[in-house]
Order: sequence, then structure tokens, then C-alpha cells
Amino acid sequence: MAATDVDIFSNEEKRNLSLGGHVGFDSLPDQLVSKSVTQGFCFNILCVGETGIGKSTLMNTLFNTMFENEEASHYQNGVYLRPRTYDLQESNVHLKLTIVDTVGFGDQINKEESYKPIVDYIDTQFENYLQEELKIKRSLFNYHDTRIHICLYFISPTGHSLKSLDLVTMKKLDSKVNIIPIIAKADTISKSELHKFKIKIMSELVSNGVQIYQFPTDDEAVTEINSSMNAHLPFAVVGSVEEVKVGNKTVRARQYPWGVVQVENESHCDFVKLREMLIRVNMEDLREQTHARHYELYRRCKLEEMGFKDTDPDSQPFSLQETYEAKRKEFLGDLQKKEEEMRQMFVNKVKETEGELKEKERELHGKFEQLKLMHQEEKKKVEEKRRDLEEEMNAFNRRKVAAETLSLSQPLKKDKDKKN
Amino acid sequence: MDNMMLQEKLVEKLLCPRTRTTRQKDKQYVGFATLPNQVHRKSVKKGFDFTLMVAGESGLGKSTLVNSLFLTDLYKDRKLLNAEERINQTVEITKHTVDIEEKGVKLKLTIVDTPGFGDAVNNNECWKPITDYIDQQFEQYFRDESGLNRKNILDNRVHCCLYFIPAFGHGLRPVDVEFMKALHEKVNIIPLISKADCLTPNEVKKLKDRVRDEIECFGIKVYQFPECDSDEEEEFKQMDKELKECTPFAVIGSNAVVEARGQRVRGRLYPWGIVEVENQSHCDFVKLRNMLIRSHMHDLKDVTCDVHYENYRAHCIQEMTSKLAQDNRTDSPLPILPLPTPDGETERLIKMKDEELKRMQEMLEKMQQQMHEKDQ
Repeated sequence: MAATDVDIFSNEEKRNLSLGGHVGFDSLPDQLVSKSVTQGFCFNILCVGETGIGKSTLMNTLFNTMFENEEASHYQNGVYLRPRTYDLQESNVHLKLTIVDTVGFGDQINKEESYKPIVDYIDTQFENYLQEELKIKRSLFNYHDTRIHICLYFISPTGHSLKSLDLVTMKKLDSKVNIIPIIAKADTISKSELHKFKIKIMSELVSNGVQIYQFPTDDEAVTEINSSMNAHLPFAVVGSVEEVKVGNKTVRARQYPWGVVQVENESHCDFVKLREMLIRVNMEDLREQTHARHYELYRRCKLEEMGFKDTDPDSQPFSLQETYEAKRKEFLGDLQKKEEEMRQMFVNKVKETEGELKEKERELHGKFEQLKLMHQEEKKKVEEKRRDLEEEMNAFNRRKVAAETLSLSQPLKKDKDKKN
Repeated sequence: MDNMMLQEKLVEKLLCPRTRTTRQKDKQYVGFATLPNQVHRKSVKKGFDFTLMVAGESGLGKSTLVNSLFLTDLYKDRKLLNAEERINQTVEITKHTVDIEEKGVKLKLTIVDTPGFGDAVNNNECWKPITDYIDQQFEQYFRDESGLNRKNILDNRVHCCLYFIPAFGHGLRPVDVEFMKALHEKVNIIPLISKADCLTPNEVKKLKDRVRDEIECFGIKVYQFPECDSDEEEEFKQMDKELKECTPFAVIGSNAVVEARGQRVRGRLYPWGIVEVENQSHCDFVKLRNMLIRSHMHDLKDVTCDVHYENYRAHCIQEMTSKLAQDNRTDSPLPILPLPTPDGETERLIKMKDEELKRMQEMLEKMQQQMHEKDQ
């Protein structure tokens, strides 16, 4: 895992011994290989490019299969990433291939936020791996590694230079992932224009400090081919899954009224070079670089953010544990404090509201009392009136009765008088 | 070959003056059948002018196509910007004017270029400088036309806009749609599919159908070829129909001359073959050239004058008069032209005055009666 290849025996004198017979540890690489083969390999490709530039077609051409892909529309509101995982097998080697497509890249009118979903996706994959690494019970040997090993950046064949969006995006991505720029739809550029175009692109990348992936030249076996390929970047590719009959062979090609562009013809395009470099020679190196350089950088930044520091040059797992525990205690302490604060606040708030409610209650009581008093007064008044009225009525009745009796007694009296 | 001959015939028809009708023995020959000849002579003397605008992202082959169309090199010392400089680029408008002559016919050709369109990272409203420019030309013509001295009016109005759609995508992109919608009522838009040498014939047909459908779906009014008269020849009608079905044209341009099949032609040299710009089976360049220059140039000018400019003018006048009524100003930058309909304010005043008049008249009558009675 460590990027530094520390020579374990640097302090001691190296003594070369000659063997008396055949011991057999020369089969170690074979054991390693057979173990890797049984485990299976996994490889993740990110394709960044405008809609319709040929990303899906190139993937189909590279891996000689038809991955199912619907055509994307130009009218997406933003950029989103579409990862698809496939299981491929060649001879007895299993490959778990994940292809991540950027849908909607370059279509919006305002492209200032276009790079963000891509950077976020790459960071998320790193984060997942980091989480797995930091777990107490971890299973790294059968963890499905989704970190992006290679980013193929598709450049539009304008023939002049890079687009401003390309420059901005590649600058954001170069420290997080291995980038290989390729010129898409290269059958629209003639040879002389292509030469000028490649030079212009590379000079623009260099002058803006964009770090693209360099094929490694330290391994003897591949140093020659890699260094010659480095000079051919960016690769101008043409993709096709259609077969055309040329001469007496059937090859993958594009048929035009003026000629046939053969995908695997080195004088027509750089597809063969790309396939060599990407798959046949450097796939393992890409995975290593992703793990050793980009992931380590991410991990260091993330842990520094969290507050870890390395006091000794090589971090022992143990001291990491201690710092981790210390950090954890600190965080817990913080958490408790925060809880206390919140509880306090809650209690205060409750008191406050209680107080308010009490006040309101008192007010209401007061009002109620007032209203009651008023009501009583009204009642009294009404009672008085009623009494008055009753008295009046009684008086009237009495008078009526008196009047009646008087009128009654009068004729009687008259009668009496008459009788008399 | 048949196609070529047909086109030659068409060109002749348009360029050559009509022949005189045969004299009829019984009728007297008046002679106004020579009018077309007179028009022809005068127009040749006056010369023609044409303003063409090219718009599209950089790197789509606009300059190459213009050079191929007019067979000159208009863009000799051009400086192209780097990607870094283009991140925040604004759109500029540049004009190149050339005088070219062919068979005695002079043409003053102005090419309006729009470098920087669609190149920045944030392209919000990148078409605004272009619409402003077109409106400016209209406004200037409007002022000149309404002025007192109208002898030397310079017509800088844009007659046609060639919009370049990249062949790398699946159809129209949002920036294409927005641009065309902003401009379709101000100028004749002809959409082109550029760098068509990255498309096989099937892909060309698919992309054309796609673009046509999207244009209709979004309601974009591109330039429509005028219907040919019913009394034209059958072959002409057939050609016209083919032309219409071919839009949008898929074009390829080239600055270089290569050797192909024993001839020197304009083309692009590839390891797998040679693309000839003027070969009809390779691209629609010839159709575009014929349409733009040989048959419809004047129609483009007419549509600009009769439709787009008139729209602008009517809109301008309406705005001005509504503002005048609001502000109640008596002076205006331009002489007020007679209004077809009186607006509310004046009508009210007129009514009031009418009523006053009526009242006065009644009073007068009454007085007259009184006097009459008095007399009696």
C-alpha cells in the first residue's frame, strides 16, 4: 500500500548468495498471477465528453461488445453520471468493468457548474473506499472497488484548440484521476490539420498546468513503446461497430461516399494505439497509480481535515488508533456539551413559554372576572326593572279591581237606593 | 450530369434577358416587352449589395465555408484565441466588405462575423450583441428612410444569417434553439450542418430529419423557399422540391485545392479518400451555393425588406406613438407620420368640441328666432 518502496535491507550489507540447486521461489510471480486470476480484476472507466461525441461507440469498439445504451438528449438540466457495470471474460480472466458516462455534459447554456457532479462522483468513490479501510471489521479482499482508474476526456474535433469548458474541467480533474485526452470523430480532420491540432492541444495543457497521465517509462519491458506513445497524445480515434468489406476481409469501419475509414488501420486513426496503451499494456499501472497517488492524496487531505497529524514520517497503525481514540473522545465531549446546551435551551424555552402561558391565563381570568361582574350588574338592573314592572302591574291590577268593585257596588247601591 | 445541365439552364434563364415576343401582324407593337431588358441594364449599372451573417461556435468551419462560397480568401490574418482566453469571452461583431465582379455584374458583399459566440463557459444571452446589431442596422435604415435627403441611403441591413450546427451531436442543442428563437423574426435564418464529412449518408439523413423535426417542434421560423409558379417547367419544379427536402444543408468547406480523378478541385485530402466540396454526392455545398447566390439572393433581400424590416418599422412606430400620447410632447425625433387610427385622447377632445359647437348652434338658433319674433 505504501507508495514508498523502502528497501528493507538498506542498513545491512547486501550479500549475493548463489544457490546450490533449484529452490523454486521463482514460481512466486506465477502464484501471484494465479491468485489474481481467480480473484478476478476490476476496472473503472469514466468517459467525459459532449453529448453525441462518440463515447458509447468507442466503448463498444474498444471492448468489442454492444453495451446497451440509449441515446442521450441534449436538453438535460444538468450533468449527471451514469455508471454501468459489466462482467467480461477473455480466456480465463474475469474482468468486472464499470463504465461511467457523463450525461448532459456541455449542453447547458451556462456550463460553470458542469464539472461539479463529476468531481463529486470521484470523491464519493474515494470516500467509500476510505470508509471501508477505516472500518474495524473490514473485508478489503472482496470489496468492489469503484474508484475511477482512468478518465477518457473526449475533445471535439474543431481543429483549432481546446474549448474553454475542456480546459476548466480538466484542470479540476487532473489531481483526482488519471486523464487521457482523446480527439473524438477524428475522421473529420485531415492529416496536416491533425498534427497542428495535437501540438496546439498539448501546448495549451502544458501552459495551463494540466497534469495528464504519462505512460510509465521505468519498466524495461514497456519503456520503449510507452515513450513513443507519449509523443502521440492526444490519440485521434474513430469508433465503429459496423463491419465493412474491404478487399477480401471484413473489418470494422465507417463507409463514406469518398472512402472507407478503417478503425484498426494505424494510418487512418490512433485507435489501435489507444487500445494497446489502455488495455493491453498499462491497465495494471493505471490501477496502481489510482491507488498510490490519487487515492493517497485524497486520503491525506480528508484525514488532515479531520484533524489527524503524522508526527513520525511513517504513520504506524497503532498511533493512528490512539489519535483516533483521542479524536473520538474529543468529539464525544463536544457532542455532550452540545447536548447540554440544547437541553438548557430547551428548558429555558419551556420555562419561558410556561411563563407566557401563565400570564395569558391570568389575563383571561381577569377578563372573565370582569365579564362576570358586568353580567351580575346587568342582571341586578334587569331584576330591579322587573320588580318595578311587577309592582306597577300589581298596582294597576289593584286599581282595576278596586274600580270594578266600585262600579259593581255602585249599581248595587243605586238599586239599594231605588229599593229604599 | 443531367443535374448540372438543368442548373446551367436555370442560371441562363435568370441571367439572360427575356427575348422579345414575336410581332403579330394584325396588332400594333407597343414595345413594353422590352421592360425586363431595361431593368436588367439599369441594375447592372447600379450594382448589387448583399449582407451575409455567419454565426456559430468557433471551429465549425464558418470562415472556410465563406471562402469556398465566394472563392476568395476573406480571412487572411486572423488571430484565434486560446482556450484560456475564451473562458469569459464576449461576442464581438466584425464586418468584412469586398467588391467582386462577374460578367459585368458588380456585387458589394459584406460578411458579418460573430467571433466568440458560444465559446465562453457561461453563454447566457450570448446572442444579445447579435440581435442588438441587427436592430441597429434596421434603426439606421429607418432614420435614413424618414430623413429629408434620401439620395444616398446605405443599406446595411442583414439579408441572411447562416447558422452552423455541429454535426457531432444528436440534433439541436439548447444554445442553438435559443439563438434561432431570438433571431427568427429579425433576419432570414438558414441552418446548416457543418463539417458533414464525419457523417455517413445514413447518419446525414437521420440528423437532417431530427433537426427538421426539432425546428418544427420549437416553432422556429427559418427561411422558406418561395413556391415556384405553377407555369414553370416540370424539371424546375422537381429541382425546387428536391432543394426543399434537402434542408438543412449538410456542407463541407475547403480552402485547399487537391487533385482528384485527374482534375483540380476544392477538397479535403484524407488517407482514405478525397472529399470533393463540389461533388453533390459528397455534400450539399453546390445546392447551398446555387440557392444562396444563383437563385434566391434577391428573394432573401426582398423578404428582409418586406417582412423583417416592415415588422421592425411598425413595431417602432407603435412604440413611439404610444409614448407620445403618454408624454404629450409636441416635438419628436422623427416627423410624425399620419396615424391610421386616432387614439383616445384626441377623440375625447373632438367629442367635447363637437358638443360645444352644437350648443352654440342651438343658442344661435334661439336668438335668431327671438329676433324673428321681435321683428314680427
